[in-house]
Amino acid sequence: MALNIQTTEELAFQEEAVKFNRRYKLKKNGKKAALLAVNLAVVLVVLFPLLYALFMSLKTPGEIYSSELDLFPEILQFSNYTDAFKAAPLGQYIWNSFIVAGLITLGQLVTGAFAAFSFHFTQYKGKEILFSLVMATMMVPGEATIISNYLQVSRWGWLDSYKVLIVPYLTSATTIFLFRQFYKNFPMSLYESAKIDGASNIRFLFQILLPLTKPAIGAVAVNAFINAWNMYMWPLLVTGSDSYRTVQIGVSMMNSIDSQSIVLMLAGVVICLIPSLLIFVFGQKSLVRGLMSGSVKG
Amino acid sequence: MASNTPRIKKNKFTIESYMYLIPAFLVFGLFTFWPFIRTIYRSLFLTDNRGLEAVFVGFKNYMDLFTSSSFQNSLWVTGQYVVLVLLFGITFGFATAMLCNSKFPGLRWFSTIYAMPMAIASSGIALVFNIMLNQNIGILNQLLGTDVAWLADPKWALLSVAFLTGWLNSGINFLYFSAGLSNIDQSLYESASVDGADGWNKFKYITMPSLKAIIFFVVVVNIINAFQSFGQIKILTKGGPGESTNVIVYDIYRNAFENFRFGLASAESVILFVIIGILTVFMFKFQGKREK
Repeated sequence: MALNIQTTEELAFQEEAVKFNRRYKLKKNGKKAALLAVNLAVVLVVLFPLLYALFMSLKTPGEIYSSELDLFPEILQFSNYTDAFKAAPLGQYIWNSFIVAGLITLGQLVTGAFAAFSFHFTQYKGKEILFSLVMATMMVPGEATIISNYLQVSRWGWLDSYKVLIVPYLTSATTIFLFRQFYKNFPMSLYESAKIDGASNIRFLFQILLPLTKPAIGAVAVNAFINAWNMYMWPLLVTGSDSYRTVQIGVSMMNSIDSQSIVLMLAGVVICLIPSLLIFVFGQKSLVRGLMSGSVKG
Repeated sequence: MASNTPRIKKNKFTIESYMYLIPAFLVFGLFTFWPFIRTIYRSLFLTDNRGLEAVFVGFKNYMDLFTSSSFQNSLWVTGQYVVLVLLFGITFGFATAMLCNSKFPGLRWFSTIYAMPMAIASSGIALVFNIMLNQNIGILNQLLGTDVAWLADPKWALLSVAFLTGWLNSGINFLYFSAGLSNIDQSLYESASVDGADGWNKFKYITMPSLKAIIFFVVVVNIINAFQSFGQIKILTKGGPGESTNVIVYDIYRNAFENFRFGLASAESVILFVIIGILTVFMFKFQGKREK
């Protein structure tokens, strides 16, 4: 009421403030535009190898060998993609990779959820030691045991089969660790009341815990699938025929330097990048949440 | 309640708890623990070309390794490689995270793309780089107007492979740095502004010190990753030219699966394990400290 009366000084101050605000906003918008421009430039650099593969895979073999710098194909040669399927049994490779990565993912979900349940919800002797044994497997790089693993599976006559690609990867310390991190936020009281109501552990696991920790499943599944899809060294060693070769191995075998096969190979690379990239783009949110829960929580 | 529960039931419950661990430990046992023990055992033998232990030689394989100039070179190359991968991967990851640290239109799209290399197969992208870096038809020489054999010249080969690996690692580094940046208390920046600090000073006295922990973590993770590179080296350089990109993992592969010297390669594997093991312990120690 009495505040309606303003001195000239106050008015001048208000005017200044409005001006300042406008300038600030302008500056802020300018900053945003600059940031956008820089990001656009950087994103092109980061994406460049992928765009390059895409453009080259749509060129004619002749265009590849022109010494002039020209990123874009003259006419888009989509036939390269169909030809790639004829040049190598790409369909079979992709199918193999889906089977292998899919079953590995499923297996890791089951073994991981079980183990993490045991580690978090139940009490028993030696639990800490067993958990550190799991974490210790992170210290053993796959490359350090690959010779023994290879000699072992070849003695078993497992070489060149689905099981040799799948079984060794049916569990992982990362998966168990991620599940346990998620379970830490699960209210223990829910478990206790389920037990009082007479639910068995297995029922609690499948009907209460898993449905309520879907983000964990998402994070683990995306991580496991991408890693399995991208495997290289192990499939290279243990597969020898097209019936079991994964797409990474199959496509890298198309690698030779005559121009005809370059475009086909790059078409193959693009094809085998698509599944993992799609899964990454759609699963990114849960994947990121999962990875960060394990490592950088402050 | 617990006192009402009969003893037997409690025991049964304990056994049940172990049972949930069986699937995981079966796989770990067969494909990690046992092969690991076998690797150490085999490293003390001379083997035949089917990998069977033939003659016990004690630590001779290790002695041979440390005195062979090839293995010394491999260690040296691996060291250089790791440093280069760190340099590229952390620079890309950090720069992109800084670029996405304040709001602007399309931020989420850009973040997705910056993180994307983490989903890309090292072998697939190596095939692309193989063409990009080709001396005659590759775009890098065309862009720079140079005539460099990026992959066939010992001066450049290691750098090229390390660049690719750095690019691959930049995705996950971006995520780690982004998480680190978003954890910094914004009021720190505000009060610094009030005190008249400019952008550089804020970066130097607020951003960098707050990120110290995460930088350390990223460095260790990247070193471990770099040690395990295989696909890109197999496809791009096969350890050459000469032995200029013959990192330890590739040397293990060569000794075991090309020269069939399984005992020697097993000794190398044990050395690789010791290096990575030390680094992992380092990382866990640090993680434990942060969680407290």
